[in-house]
Amino acid sequence: MRLTRRYSFSASHRLHTGVLSDAENESLFGKCNNPFGHGHNYVLEVSVAGEPDGLAGMIVPRGKLDDFVGRTALDRIDHADLNNDVKELRQIVPTTENLSLLVHRWLSSAWDVEFGDDGATLDRVRIEETARNSCEVTA
Amino acid sequence: MRSGLNVTSPPGFRKLVLITRKAEFSASHFCAVPDLSVAENEALFGKAARRSGHGHNYVLEVTVTGDVDPVHGMVMDLKVLKEIINENVVDLYDHRFLNHEVEPFDRVVPTPENIAKDIWRRLEAPVEEKDCRLHGVRLYETSDLYVDYFGPRESAAR
Repeated sequence: MRLTRRYSFSASHRLHTGVLSDAENESLFGKCNNPFGHGHNYVLEVSVAGEPDGLAGMIVPRGKLDDFVGRTALDRIDHADLNNDVKELRQIVPTTENLSLLVHRWLSSAWDVEFGDDGATLDRVRIEETARNSCEVTA
Repeated sequence: MRSGLNVTSPPGFRKLVLITRKAEFSASHFCAVPDLSVAENEALFGKAARRSGHGHNYVLEVTVTGDVDPVHGMVMDLKVLKEIINENVVDLYDHRFLNHEVEPFDRVVPTPENIAKDIWRRLEAPVEEKDCRLHGVRLYETSDLYVDYFGPRESAAR
Protein backbone atom coordinates (compact mmCIF):
# COMPACT_ATOMS: atom_id res chain seq x y z
CA MET A 1 0.00 0.00 0.00
CA ARG A 2 1.13 3.51 -0.69
CA LEU A 3 0.25 6.74 1.08
CA THR A 4 0.79 10.04 -0.69
CA ARG A 5 0.89 13.44 0.91
CA ARG A 6 0.79 16.68 -1.11
CA TYR A 7 2.63 19.80 0.04
CA SER A 8 3.00 23.17 -1.61
CA PHE A 9 5.94 25.53 -1.72
CA SER A 10 6.80 28.64 -3.68
CA ALA A 11 10.23 29.34 -5.11
CA SER A 12 12.00 31.28 -7.82
CA HIS A 13 14.56 30.05 -10.30
CA ARG A 14 16.24 30.73 -13.60
CA LEU A 15 17.09 28.07 -16.13
CA HIS A 16 20.60 28.84 -17.32
CA THR A 17 23.82 26.92 -17.76
CA GLY A 18 27.36 28.33 -17.96
CA VAL A 19 28.21 25.58 -20.42
CA LEU A 20 26.21 27.32 -23.15
CA SER A 21 26.40 30.83 -24.59
CA ASP A 22 23.79 33.44 -23.66
CA ALA A 23 22.18 33.04 -27.07
CA GLU A 24 22.08 29.26 -26.75
CA ASN A 25 20.61 29.52 -23.26
CA GLU A 26 17.90 31.83 -24.48
CA SER A 27 17.12 29.61 -27.41
CA LEU A 28 17.00 26.48 -25.21
CA PHE A 29 15.15 27.79 -22.15
CA GLY A 30 13.14 30.63 -23.67
CA LYS A 31 11.32 32.76 -21.08
CA CYS A 32 12.71 30.56 -18.31
CA ASN A 33 16.12 32.07 -19.06
CA ASN A 34 15.01 35.59 -18.01
CA PRO A 35 18.04 37.00 -16.10
CA PHE A 36 15.84 38.15 -13.21
CA GLY A 37 14.32 34.72 -12.77
CA HIS A 38 10.68 33.88 -12.14
CA GLY A 39 8.68 31.84 -9.65
CA HIS A 40 6.24 28.99 -9.32
CA ASN A 41 3.74 27.61 -6.86
CA TYR A 42 5.15 24.12 -6.72
CA VAL A 43 3.46 21.01 -5.39
CA LEU A 44 5.55 18.28 -3.78
CA GLU A 45 4.07 14.81 -3.48
CA VAL A 46 5.80 12.32 -1.20
CA SER A 47 4.66 8.70 -1.42
CA VAL A 48 5.40 6.20 1.32
CA ALA A 49 5.06 2.45 0.82
CA GLY A 50 4.37 -0.01 3.60
CA GLU A 51 1.69 -1.87 5.48
CA PRO A 52 -0.58 -0.07 7.94
CA ASP A 53 0.28 -1.17 11.46
CA GLY A 54 -2.33 -3.38 13.05
CA LEU A 55 -3.22 -1.08 15.90
CA ALA A 56 -3.38 2.47 14.53
CA GLY A 57 -4.02 1.47 10.91
CA MET A 58 -1.46 3.85 9.44
CA ILE A 59 1.60 3.28 7.23
CA VAL A 60 3.14 6.31 8.86
CA PRO A 61 1.80 8.91 11.30
CA ARG A 62 0.94 12.08 9.33
CA GLY A 63 2.48 14.44 11.87
CA LYS A 64 5.78 12.58 11.77
CA LEU A 65 5.86 12.58 7.96
CA ASP A 66 4.90 16.25 7.72
CA ASP A 67 7.52 17.23 10.25
CA PHE A 68 10.20 15.20 8.44
CA VAL A 69 9.38 16.52 4.96
CA GLY A 70 9.18 20.04 6.36
CA ARG A 71 12.61 20.15 7.92
CA THR A 72 14.35 17.86 5.40
CA ALA A 73 13.04 19.43 2.21
CA LEU A 74 10.43 22.20 2.34
CA ASP A 75 12.33 24.47 4.75
CA ARG A 76 15.22 24.51 2.27
CA ILE A 77 13.24 25.37 -0.84
CA ASP A 78 10.10 27.25 0.23
CA HIS A 79 10.37 30.95 -0.62
CA ALA A 80 13.91 30.37 -1.81
CA ASP A 81 15.84 31.43 -4.87
CA LEU A 82 16.70 27.92 -6.01
CA ASN A 83 19.76 28.94 -8.05
CA ASN A 84 21.48 30.71 -5.18
CA ASP A 85 19.91 29.72 -1.87
CA VAL A 86 20.17 25.96 -2.40
CA LYS A 87 23.84 25.06 -2.53
CA GLU A 88 23.24 21.72 -4.27
CA LEU A 89 21.64 23.56 -7.20
CA ARG A 90 24.29 26.24 -7.67
CA GLN A 91 26.23 24.23 -10.25
CA ILE A 92 23.27 22.62 -12.02
CA VAL A 93 20.16 23.91 -13.77
CA PRO A 94 17.20 23.98 -11.33
CA THR A 95 14.78 22.17 -13.62
CA THR A 96 11.95 20.17 -12.09
CA GLU A 97 13.96 17.03 -12.88
CA ASN A 98 17.02 18.19 -10.95
CA LEU A 99 14.90 19.54 -8.11
CA SER A 100 12.98 16.25 -7.85
CA LEU A 101 16.22 14.25 -7.80
CA LEU A 102 17.60 16.50 -5.09
CA VAL A 103 14.49 16.26 -2.91
CA HIS A 104 14.50 12.48 -3.37
CA ARG A 105 18.15 12.39 -2.28
CA TRP A 106 17.50 14.56 0.77
CA LEU A 107 14.56 12.45 1.88
CA SER A 108 16.10 9.06 1.12
CA SER A 109 19.42 9.81 2.82
CA ALA A 110 17.68 10.76 6.08
CA TRP A 111 14.83 8.25 5.73
CA ASP A 112 16.16 5.25 7.66
CA VAL A 113 17.06 7.27 10.73
CA GLU A 114 13.49 8.53 10.88
CA PHE A 115 11.41 5.62 9.59
CA GLY A 116 13.73 2.61 9.71
CA ASP A 117 11.78 1.06 12.57
CA ASP A 118 8.36 1.72 11.01
CA GLY A 119 8.78 -0.57 7.99
CA ALA A 120 7.78 2.35 5.75
CA THR A 121 9.87 3.10 2.67
CA LEU A 122 10.15 6.16 0.45
CA ASP A 123 8.35 5.13 -2.71
CA ARG A 124 8.19 8.24 -4.86
CA VAL A 125 8.86 11.95 -5.04
CA ARG A 126 6.78 13.92 -7.51
CA ILE A 127 6.99 17.64 -8.11
CA GLU A 128 4.52 19.73 -10.07
CA GLU A 129 6.18 22.89 -11.33
CA THR A 130 2.83 24.07 -12.64
CA ALA A 131 -0.47 22.25 -12.93
CA ARG A 132 0.71 21.18 -16.39
CA ASN A 133 4.33 20.13 -15.74
CA SER A 134 5.46 17.49 -13.32
CA CYS A 135 8.36 15.14 -12.70
CA GLU A 136 8.36 11.87 -10.78
CA VAL A 137 11.34 10.11 -9.23
CA THR A 138 11.17 6.57 -7.89
CA ALA A 139 13.96 4.56 -6.32
CA MET B 1 -15.58 -11.91 -39.50
CA ARG B 2 -15.49 -9.28 -36.78
CA SER B 3 -14.45 -5.81 -37.79
CA GLY B 4 -12.29 -3.48 -35.72
CA LEU B 5 -8.94 -3.95 -34.02
CA ASN B 6 -7.12 -7.21 -34.05
CA VAL B 7 -7.14 -7.94 -30.34
CA THR B 8 -5.19 -11.18 -30.42
CA SER B 9 -1.61 -10.44 -29.38
CA PRO B 10 1.25 -12.92 -29.64
CA PRO B 11 2.27 -14.54 -26.34
CA GLY B 12 4.43 -12.23 -24.25
CA PHE B 13 2.95 -9.13 -25.88
CA ARG B 14 -0.27 -8.95 -23.89
CA LYS B 15 -1.07 -5.42 -22.96
CA LEU B 16 -2.33 -4.35 -19.56
CA VAL B 17 -5.48 -2.31 -20.07
CA LEU B 18 -6.77 -0.37 -17.06
CA ILE B 19 -10.04 1.50 -16.76
CA THR B 20 -10.87 3.79 -13.86
CA ARG B 21 -14.16 5.03 -12.47
CA LYS B 22 -14.33 7.83 -9.93
CA ALA B 23 -16.93 8.17 -7.17
CA GLU B 24 -17.43 10.43 -4.18
CA PHE B 25 -18.89 9.92 -0.76
CA SER B 26 -19.07 12.09 2.31
CA ALA B 27 -18.70 10.52 5.70
CA SER B 28 -17.64 11.33 9.21
CA HIS B 29 -15.17 9.49 11.41
CA PHE B 30 -12.67 9.79 14.19
CA CYS B 31 -9.36 7.98 14.57
CA ALA B 32 -8.53 6.58 17.99
CA VAL B 33 -7.24 3.31 19.39
CA PRO B 34 -9.53 2.23 22.25
CA ASP B 35 -6.65 0.99 24.42
CA LEU B 36 -4.75 4.28 24.28
CA SER B 37 -5.32 7.33 26.46
CA VAL B 38 -6.78 10.57 25.12
CA ALA B 39 -3.31 12.15 25.16
CA GLU B 40 -1.73 9.18 23.36
CA ASN B 41 -4.41 9.21 20.69
CA GLU B 42 -4.01 12.96 20.15
CA ALA B 43 -0.25 12.48 19.82
CA LEU B 44 -0.83 9.82 17.17
CA PHE B 45 -3.80 11.19 15.24
CA GLY B 46 -3.93 14.89 16.16
CA LYS B 47 -7.33 16.56 15.93
CA ALA B 48 -8.68 13.48 14.14
CA ALA B 49 -8.78 11.69 17.52
CA ARG B 50 -11.64 13.82 18.86
CA ARG B 51 -14.49 11.45 19.59
CA SER B 52 -17.21 13.79 18.38
CA GLY B 53 -15.85 13.14 14.90
CA HIS B 54 -15.40 15.18 11.75
CA GLY B 55 -16.11 14.64 8.08
CA HIS B 56 -14.45 14.38 4.70
CA ASN B 57 -15.53 14.49 1.10
CA TYR B 58 -13.81 11.30 0.06
CA VAL B 59 -12.94 10.69 -3.58
CA LEU B 60 -12.58 7.10 -4.69
CA GLU B 61 -10.95 5.90 -7.90
CA VAL B 62 -11.46 2.25 -8.77
CA THR B 63 -9.24 0.74 -11.44
CA VAL B 64 -10.19 -2.49 -13.14
CA THR B 65 -8.36 -4.62 -15.68
CA GLY B 66 -9.37 -7.37 -18.07
CA ASP B 67 -9.60 -8.29 -21.71
CA VAL B 68 -10.97 -5.78 -24.17
CA ASP B 69 -14.07 -7.42 -25.56
CA PRO B 70 -13.65 -7.80 -29.35
CA VAL B 71 -17.25 -6.80 -30.02
CA HIS B 72 -18.08 -3.93 -27.69
CA GLY B 73 -14.45 -2.75 -27.22
CA MET B 74 -14.62 -2.41 -23.46
CA VAL B 75 -12.90 -4.02 -20.46
CA MET B 76 -16.10 -3.43 -18.53
CA ASP B 77 -19.07 -1.22 -19.18
CA LEU B 78 -18.36 1.81 -16.96
CA LYS B 79 -22.07 2.02 -16.10
CA VAL B 80 -21.78 -1.47 -14.63
CA LEU B 81 -18.65 -0.49 -12.71
CA LYS B 82 -20.46 2.58 -11.41
CA GLU B 83 -23.32 0.40 -10.16
CA ILE B 84 -20.89 -2.02 -8.48
CA ILE B 85 -19.18 0.88 -6.69
CA ASN B 86 -22.46 2.45 -5.68
CA GLU B 87 -24.08 -0.74 -4.40
CA ASN B 88 -21.05 -2.04 -2.53
CA VAL B 89 -19.39 1.12 -1.25
CA VAL B 90 -21.12 4.45 -1.79
CA ASP B 91 -24.58 3.35 -0.62
CA LEU B 92 -23.03 1.98 2.59
CA TYR B 93 -20.54 4.77 3.29
CA ASP B 94 -22.19 7.96 2.07
CA HIS B 95 -23.46 10.28 4.81
CA ARG B 96 -22.60 7.79 7.51
CA PHE B 97 -20.54 8.03 10.68
CA LEU B 98 -18.08 5.27 9.82
CA ASN B 99 -17.10 4.33 13.39
CA HIS B 100 -20.72 3.88 14.46
CA GLU B 101 -22.50 2.74 11.32
CA VAL B 102 -20.18 0.85 8.98
CA GLU B 103 -18.64 -2.52 9.75
CA PRO B 104 -15.68 -3.13 10.46
CA PHE B 105 -14.98 0.38 11.72
CA ASP B 106 -16.61 -0.30 15.07
CA ARG B 107 -13.36 -2.17 15.83
CA VAL B 108 -10.92 -1.04 13.10
CA VAL B 109 -9.65 2.56 13.00
CA PRO B 110 -11.11 4.19 9.85
CA THR B 111 -7.84 5.59 8.52
CA PRO B 112 -7.71 5.95 4.73
CA GLU B 113 -5.38 2.92 4.71
CA ASN B 114 -8.00 0.75 6.43
CA ILE B 115 -10.88 2.21 4.41
CA ALA B 116 -9.04 1.41 1.16
CA LYS B 117 -8.56 -2.18 2.30
CA ASP B 118 -12.23 -2.47 3.20
CA ILE B 119 -13.26 -1.04 -0.17
CA TRP B 120 -11.04 -3.61 -1.90
CA ARG B 121 -12.66 -6.39 0.13
CA ARG B 122 -16.13 -5.21 -0.87
CA LEU B 123 -15.36 -4.74 -4.57
CA GLU B 124 -13.15 -7.71 -5.43
CA ALA B 125 -15.85 -10.37 -5.82
CA PRO B 126 -18.43 -8.28 -7.71
CA VAL B 127 -15.75 -7.16 -10.19
CA GLU B 128 -14.60 -10.76 -10.70
CA GLU B 129 -18.21 -11.80 -11.32
CA LYS B 130 -17.99 -9.60 -14.43
CA ASP B 131 -14.88 -11.49 -15.60
CA CYS B 132 -12.59 -8.58 -14.71
CA ARG B 133 -9.99 -8.08 -12.02
CA LEU B 134 -9.70 -5.29 -9.50
CA HIS B 135 -6.35 -3.61 -10.12
CA GLY B 136 -6.23 -0.73 -7.67
CA VAL B 137 -8.16 1.46 -5.31
CA ARG B 138 -7.15 5.07 -4.76
CA LEU B 139 -8.87 6.89 -1.92
CA TYR B 140 -8.48 10.62 -1.34
CA GLU B 141 -9.32 11.62 2.21
CA THR B 142 -8.56 15.22 1.27
CA SER B 143 -6.94 16.66 -1.84
CA ASP B 144 -3.63 16.55 0.08
CA LEU B 145 -3.74 12.95 1.27
CA TYR B 146 -4.50 9.76 -0.60
CA VAL B 147 -3.68 6.08 -0.47
CA ASP B 148 -3.22 3.55 -3.27
CA TYR B 149 -3.99 -0.07 -2.54
CA PHE B 150 -3.33 -2.84 -5.02
CA GLY B 151 -4.72 -5.69 -2.97
CA PRO B 152 -3.13 -8.49 -0.98
CA ARG B 153 -1.02 -9.41 -4.03
CA GLU B 154 0.03 -5.81 -4.55
CA SER B 155 3.74 -6.35 -5.07
CA ALA B 156 2.90 -8.20 -8.29
CA ALA B 157 0.46 -5.54 -9.44
CA ARG B 158 2.81 -2.55 -9.25
